[in-house]
Amino acid sequence: MFYREAGQFKTSYQSDQAMFPILQDRIGMAVILAVAFIVVPLTANDFFLTSIMIPFLVFSLAAIGLNVLTGFCGQLSLGTGAFMGVGAYAAYKLTTIFPDVNVVLFVLISGFFSAGIGAIFGLPSLRIKGLYLAVTTLAAQFFLEWCFIRIPWLYNDNASGAIEVPKREMFGVIVSGAEATPLARYFVVLGITVFIAFLIANVLRGRIGRSWMMIRDMDIAAELMGIRPLQTKLMAFAVSSYICGVAGAMMVFFWLNAAEPSSYSINLSFQILFMVILGGLGSLSGAFLGAAFIWILPVMLKFIPSAIGLEIGAETVEHLTFMVVGGLIIFFLIVEPHGFARLWQIAKQKLRVWPFPY
Amino acid sequence: MNAIVTNEGLPTSEPVTQREVLLKVDNVSLSFGGVKAITDISLDIQKGEIRAIIGPNGAGKTSMLNVINGFYHPQEGTITWRGEERRKMKPYEAASQGIARTFQNVALFKGMTTLDNIMSGRSLKMKKNFFWQLLWRGPAEQEEIEHRRRVEDIIDFLEIQAIRKTPVGKLPYGLQKRVELGRALAMEPELLLLDEPMAGMNLEEKEDMSRFILDVNQEFGTTIALIEHDMGVVMDLSDRVVVLDYGKKIADGPPEEVQASQAVIDAYLGVSH
Ligand SMILES: Nc1ncnc2c1ncn2[C@@H]1O[C@H](COP(=O)(O)OP(=O)(O)O)[C@@H](O)[C@H]1O
Ligand SMILES: [Mg+2]
Repeated sequence: MFYREAGQFKTSYQSDQAMFPILQDRIGMAVILAVAFIVVPLTANDFFLTSIMIPFLVFSLAAIGLNVLTGFCGQLSLGTGAFMGVGAYAAYKLTTIFPDVNVVLFVLISGFFSAGIGAIFGLPSLRIKGLYLAVTTLAAQFFLEWCFIRIPWLYNDNASGAIEVPKREMFGVIVSGAEATPLARYFVVLGITVFIAFLIANVLRGRIGRSWMMIRDMDIAAELMGIRPLQTKLMAFAVSSYICGVAGAMMVFFWLNAAEPSSYSINLSFQILFMVILGGLGSLSGAFLGAAFIWILPVMLKFIPSAIGLEIGAETVEHLTFMVVGGLIIFFLIVEPHGFARLWQIAKQKLRVWPFPY
Repeated sequence: MNAIVTNEGLPTSEPVTQREVLLKVDNVSLSFGGVKAITDISLDIQKGEIRAIIGPNGAGKTSMLNVINGFYHPQEGTITWRGEERRKMKPYEAASQGIARTFQNVALFKGMTTLDNIMSGRSLKMKKNFFWQLLWRGPAEQEEIEHRRRVEDIIDFLEIQAIRKTPVGKLPYGLQKRVELGRALAMEPELLLLDEPMAGMNLEEKEDMSRFILDVNQEFGTTIALIEHDMGVVMDLSDRVVVLDYGKKIADGPPEEVQASQAVIDAYLGVSH
C-alpha cells in the first residue's frame, strides 16, 4: 500500500525511462542523499567517518567499477586490486610532479591511466571467456604488483617502498595528507563517489549499457545484431578500470594516507569481488549494499558481542567474518545470484502487492 | 499498430514474377572437420519474397543461415549481396548491411526485459557517443525516446504490451519467440532470417506467428528466409521453397511443385540413398 506506482501514470517515454520512475524511490534517494550530505557530517564523529564511511564509499566505488565489467558485461576479473593500484600510483606521481594542481583533479585523471592499462589487459577477452579470462586478469594483478614493487620511480625512490600522500589543499581546505580532517576527506570522497555513480547510471540505462548486457547475456546474438565484441568489451574494461582507478587513488589519498604494494594485492581484488557478488551482480545499489556489508560486518562483529558482555578476540572476529562472508557467498551463488539488491527488489515487490499477495 | 489489416485467410502464393535478386549463394560448400554440412549449394533470395528452406534435421539449413549472416565462412563458393560479391565478413558487418535473424533455440538476452531486448535491436541505429550517454539529458535522452517510439510500435504490432517490463527469462517459450522476432524487426532489416520460428508452438501460436510474418513481409516489404518444418505453414507462407537433404539441394521452386517432387517425398519418407 505504501510502495505503489498506482496513480502514477507515465505520460511520456521520458518519465518512463527516468532513473527512478517511481515516486517513492525518488523520495528514498533524496532521503539517502540528505543523510549522506547533511545528517552524517553534522552528527558523525571522527571514528565513524574515518573507519566506516570513508572506506565504505571507497569500496562502493570500486565495487561499482568491477560491477560494470563483471555484473554488466559478464567479464570476470581478478585484477581489481591492481587496477586500483594503478590509479593510486598515477595520482601520486602526478601530484608530486605538479604539486600546485588540484589533487581532486588528479584523482579523477588517474583513472585514465588505469583505464588504459585495463583495456590492454582486456584484449585477451576477445578470445577467452569465464575462468580463463579471470586467469589472465590474475596475471595482470601479479604483473602490476611487481611493477609497484620493482619500479622505484613509481614511489619516488622512497626508502620504505610505500607512497606517502603529501598535504594538499583544495579551495584553502586541506583534503589530503595526515593533517586533513575526516570531514573534509569525507566530503571529497562522497562527492566523487556520488558523481561517478550518477554518470555511470546514465551510461548503463542507454545504448552502451545495453550493449554490455547484450554481450553478457548472449554474445553470439549480440554480434549478429551489430555489436562489435572486442570494442564493446574493451570499453567495459576501460570504464571499469577507470572507476576502480579513481577508487584506488581515493583509498590512499583520502583514507589511508600511505600505501604499499600489498595494499593493492589480490586480497583487495577478492574483497571487491565478494562485495559485488553479495551486493548483486549487475546492480548499482548492490555495489553499495555489498560494500556496506563486507566492510561493516567485521566492525559489528567486534562491537556487538562486547556490548552484550561477550569477550571475543580479534582473530576470532576475523575468522567469524570469513565464515559469515564465505557462507553468504555460497548461499547467494547458489540461491540468488543477484544478491542483496535482488532481495531488496523482492521485498519491494511484496510491498507493492501487500496486503493482497494474489 | 492496430491499423494493420490482417489477412485471416492466408493468401496462396501468386506466381512469382522475376524480381530483383537480393542475395545469391553460388556453389557454397561448408564442412566442419570431416562433417560436410553443406555441399555445393546455389540458391537465390529475391527482394520482397518469403523464401522457405526445408529439409530433415541435420540437412544443413541452420548452417546455411549462418553462412548468410557471416557467422560461418564457407570453404568454397561465393555470396553476392545486392549484386556485389561479398568478401569474408564478420556477423556484425552483415548486421550493418541489413541482415537480421532469429535463432532455432531462442537466443534472447535473458537478464533484460522485453523492452530492453527489443531496444537492443536498435543498437546499430543509435549513434550518440559515450560522453552524451554520460550526460543523458539532452541528445542521448532524445535519441533514446525516438527509438523507444519505434520499439513501442513493434510492441503494439506483436501485441506484447503487457510483458514490456518483464524479464524475458520468465516468459513462456511462445512469447519468447515473439520477442525475438520483435528484436529482429527492430533492426529494420532488409533480409530477415527466421530459424524455425514456430517450433514447439501450439496451433494458435503458429497462426499468430504466421500472421506476423506475412504482415512484416507485406507491410514493410521485408524479404524473409524461413526455415520451417510444418509443411502446412510453408505452403501457406512461402513464395518459393528450397529443399535440402544431407547438405545437398534436392529441389527448388514454388511450394506446390516442390511438394510434388519425387526427391522430396523420398527424403521425407527416409528412402535410403
Ligand atoms: N559448429 C558446428 N560444428 C560441427 N558440426 C556442425 C556445426 N554446425 C553444424 N554442424 C553439422 O552440420 C550438419 C548440419 O547442421 P544444421 O545446419 O544445424 O542442420 P539443420 O538446421 O538443417 O537441422 C549437421 O550434421 C551438424 O552436426
Ligand atoms: Mg537447424
